[in-house]
Amino acid sequence: MNLSYSSITKKIWMSLMGLFLMIFLVVHLGINLLLLFDPTRELFNEVAHFMGTNPIIQIFQWVLFAGFAIHIALGVILQIQNWIARPKRYKVKAISEDSFFSKFMIHTGIIILIFLVIHFANFFIKVKVFHGVDDFILAGVNTGMEDMGLLVVKLFELPEYVIGYIIVLLLLGFHLDHAFQSAFQSLGLNHPKYTPCIKGFGHVYAIVISLGYILIPLVIYFTK
Amino acid sequence: MDLKLKIWRQTGPDVEGKFVHYPVHNISKDASFLEMMDILNEELVANGEEPVAFDHDCREGICGMCSLFINGHAHGPDDSITTCQLHMRKFKDGETIVIEPWRARPFPIIKDLMVDRSAFDLIIQAGGYVSINTGGVPDANAIPIKKENADLAMDAAACIGCGACVAACKNASAMLFVSAKVSQFALLPQGKIEAKQRVENMVAKMDDLGFGNCTNTYACEAECPKDISVANIARMNREFLAAKVS
Amino acid sequence: MTKLDSKVPSGPIAEKWTNYKAHQNLVNPANKRKIDVIIVGTGLAGGAAAASLSELGFNVKVFCIQDSPRRAHSIAAQGGINAAKNYPNDGDSIYRLFYDTVKGGDYRAREANVYRLAEVSNNIIDQCVAQGVPFAREYGGLLDNRSFGGALVSRTFYARGQTGQQLLLGAYSALSKEINKGAVKMYTRREMMDIVKIDGKARGIIVRDLVTGKLERHGAHAVLLATGGYGNVFFLSTNAMTSNGSAAWKAYKRGAYFADPSFVQIHPTCIPVHGDYQSKLTLMSESLRNDGRIWVPKKKVDAQKIQKGELSPVKIPEEDRDYYLERRYPAFGNLVPRDVASRAAKERCDEGYGVGNTGLAVYLDFKDAINRLGKNVIEARYGNLFQMYEKIVDENPYETPMMIYPAIHYTMGGTWVDYELQSTIPGLFVGGEANFSDHGANRLGASALMQGLSDGYFVLPYTMQNYLADQINVPHLATDSAEFEQTEKDVQDIIDRLFVVKGNKTVDSFHKRLGLIMWDYVGMARNKEGLEKAIVEIKELRKEFWGNVNVPGEKTGMNVELEKALRLVDFLELGELMARDALDRNESCGGHFREEYKTEEGEAMRDDENYMYVSAWEYKGDDQEPVLHKEPLVYENIEVKQRNYKTA
Repeated sequence: MNLSYSSITKKIWMSLMGLFLMIFLVVHLGINLLLLFDPTRELFNEVAHFMGTNPIIQIFQWVLFAGFAIHIALGVILQIQNWIARPKRYKVKAISEDSFFSKFMIHTGIIILIFLVIHFANFFIKVKVFHGVDDFILAGVNTGMEDMGLLVVKLFELPEYVIGYIIVLLLLGFHLDHAFQSAFQSLGLNHPKYTPCIKGFGHVYAIVISLGYILIPLVIYFTK
Repeated sequence: MDLKLKIWRQTGPDVEGKFVHYPVHNISKDASFLEMMDILNEELVANGEEPVAFDHDCREGICGMCSLFINGHAHGPDDSITTCQLHMRKFKDGETIVIEPWRARPFPIIKDLMVDRSAFDLIIQAGGYVSINTGGVPDANAIPIKKENADLAMDAAACIGCGACVAACKNASAMLFVSAKVSQFALLPQGKIEAKQRVENMVAKMDDLGFGNCTNTYACEAECPKDISVANIARMNREFLAAKVS
Repeated sequence: MTKLDSKVPSGPIAEKWTNYKAHQNLVNPANKRKIDVIIVGTGLAGGAAAASLSELGFNVKVFCIQDSPRRAHSIAAQGGINAAKNYPNDGDSIYRLFYDTVKGGDYRAREANVYRLAEVSNNIIDQCVAQGVPFAREYGGLLDNRSFGGALVSRTFYARGQTGQQLLLGAYSALSKEINKGAVKMYTRREMMDIVKIDGKARGIIVRDLVTGKLERHGAHAVLLATGGYGNVFFLSTNAMTSNGSAAWKAYKRGAYFADPSFVQIHPTCIPVHGDYQSKLTLMSESLRNDGRIWVPKKKVDAQKIQKGELSPVKIPEEDRDYYLERRYPAFGNLVPRDVASRAAKERCDEGYGVGNTGLAVYLDFKDAINRLGKNVIEARYGNLFQMYEKIVDENPYETPMMIYPAIHYTMGGTWVDYELQSTIPGLFVGGEANFSDHGANRLGASALMQGLSDGYFVLPYTMQNYLADQINVPHLATDSAEFEQTEKDVQDIIDRLFVVKGNKTVDSFHKRLGLIMWDYVGMARNKEGLEKAIVEIKELRKEFWGNVNVPGEKTGMNVELEKALRLVDFLELGELMARDALDRNESCGGHFREEYKTEEGEAMRDDENYMYVSAWEYKGDDQEPVLHKEPLVYENIEVKQRNYKTA
């Protein structure tokens, strides 16, 4: 197999990683939503503990990091090439893009990346590196698990964090709205019958993911 | 109708250009856009000024020579036509019209609104053909082709190579142009034999020439005067993937 | 008088070409590499010849005026390409295609050339399909055919309304393949300015780089001109803006005879003229006549009301419509040849029955076809043409009948060539529309593409090789010889002279005036008085041009006005020769209609006794009258008849 890094090769990897990350987003959302269904946070903490300690997940975690890294690196490289391809911009440029959010993938992407760094510092690094999270006390008994749920709840009680989070998640929704169908197109999956369904599903996916995530801080903030 | 034109003037490839304002008067709404440009040029010549250089030839929308980025659109605000088919009735009396050349690194400006699109020829030369010589071919009806495929191939082959896709794409990507040619041959049995080399060579040449990457914005399809579908881009991606993994 | 040697091989007509090929001289593969060929023009003839000669092993240099070889004006042909495949099983044959073409050309074409054209027509279709040209197909997967004017069989292959484009892109792809191999050197945005002759043979050309304005010299063992027709002498025509007659004219001035310059085809189905700012005319494919019915109002009052915009054509009842083609030509009806259809339209309009705001238009009505076949079928067949019409005229042809009027479209005349497509200058070959050879006084629809590709793929690669066979000892041509020097200087002199004038009228203003003279006196209908007037007026216009033209800008660099001026210099001379030729031909034949020579019913009247010849004009100098040479036309395989499209 001779995979030289042509523009299409990059796009194929970009879309494969994107689809992979989209699956991750679904899993992550599923776990987060547990917080809403279990005010004791037990369920959430148990799953978080499992995710943080299970050896298979631990290995898989690096695959996920790689996925992020490849997706981000390719995104930046492609964008730089794209800027170079048009050194002088138009004075007037109408909107002719059929997929509107496609114009802002790099912008939404970079904001999401910044969020990702903060997110990582707030949770992953805090827990894994600094062990800065207290243990989860359930009915007065130390369960031996970190109280990840409490960490989340504490953050979502801060109005500035909630607002920032909502904005970023809306932008993620925009990012996904284009990304979903775009991934299929890059992989060559375009068919007069199925492409409209893929596009429709993409819109639904983007809305469900962003609203799903947004729901959690809203509920926590307004029920604190 | 009276119009205010803002036209990009640039005397040569490596010279700084600028927008120059030209008012034009008493333009018939039935005139074509290029006829309006002719009238402007006649006036400029009569006043001893250099006429505006722009590419055009057949003036019936098939040669692909005319370009012009008009008010933010490749080939102007009307759908499915080239600049030469654009008529002044699409504009309002007194309107300001901004006219720019195609802008992309692989399309350097020659003069004013004229750009060099030989990059497209180089891409075709990299593989946009069936490698047969004149003579010694089978009878035309010895190769039956499904009508649907022949029609799809024709849809793709309708490309006039004007470069509107590159001009309209925010990334100056040539994927629609390249994929139209790749698709035409991918859909026909005659083209299958060299499919692998064709897609690899044409994509490599496209990349070499410095066109941007496709980010599936579909602006190309929206601005294409011949309505070439982005389904061709997907087909090329498929062909490319198949070529690379085989 | 010099006798023109057409070099038609002996033998029965069906064997002439086979015999020629069997006995011609060939160049061995090692020697082909030593031989250079220059090809000017990359349309069907030039592009196909360039690819084919390069495949054979010759060094080929190709020049085109556009920014890419893919944009040659062949691309604009819409309708289709004829071939004698007889796939529909409706009785077609090589002979019938040959017969129809000679008859359609009103017996003014060279028989042997036309037969060869019909003979290789089938190879063209095979070649193009193998290249991946997406011709229209039937559900069974085989090729579809349609009928076209001037024929009783369906023999036209097509690719939607873009057949010319697809065939050209086929030739362009073959050419691109050769460029990629390094076997063809391609020069774009170059215009040929003159032919360089050494020892009487064509040995090179002078071209102008349209971007830098520099003159360049290129030498070769032989030169092929495939530079298209000169219809733009009329200013308004369906030709592209850069289409011009300069290459052929320069060849003429260097000693190549110019044949039948007055044979110009007027296409019946063009969108009527709408204003004096108009830059070109748009053709609607002739295939529209398959389903559209042509009519004008029967009553003059109705026509006048329509012209004033007081009456809509849809309000005119069936009995008040004059379907004049069906009335006059019951056998062929709306499918009569182009010259007949054009003249019939002009006749009605001249009589005052024309429609549109100028009164210079007739209706092409699809109402019956839509009722019979349904709108969907009509849309599938002509959708793109209808859309194009609506964009230009701003009327919906599904509801209001289309308006059409004849326009200059194709020039049957061109450089005189023999059977080998070689001009009277040895080593100068001419192919496609630029030569005169195959269409006589009128070209049938879907035959131009056939001729261009026939010349390019299947004739010139043989006949040029026959010439080149004794050139193998001639070294690569050096371009520093006195002949190159002198020719370049001649070109430079004309450019310099244009800049000296510094007048105050634009190039286009002269071109428009020339166009009007040509259209009025050398157009669809001509007469002695008008032609004589035209000659005088063109001479005066030429004088005024050289005294008062304004060519702005610089000699170097891109200068579009200079390009136009240089082309107009040649048109101003060519126009006169056209009028001269039309004046000489005291008969009506094909596209050449002399008002003095018609039947009582107004049909064209040929004079086979006195005018069954090709007129070949020899240049004698700017201040001398050209000399007419006559190549007699002999028809051994066809019975010469008055064309009759009234009965089959």
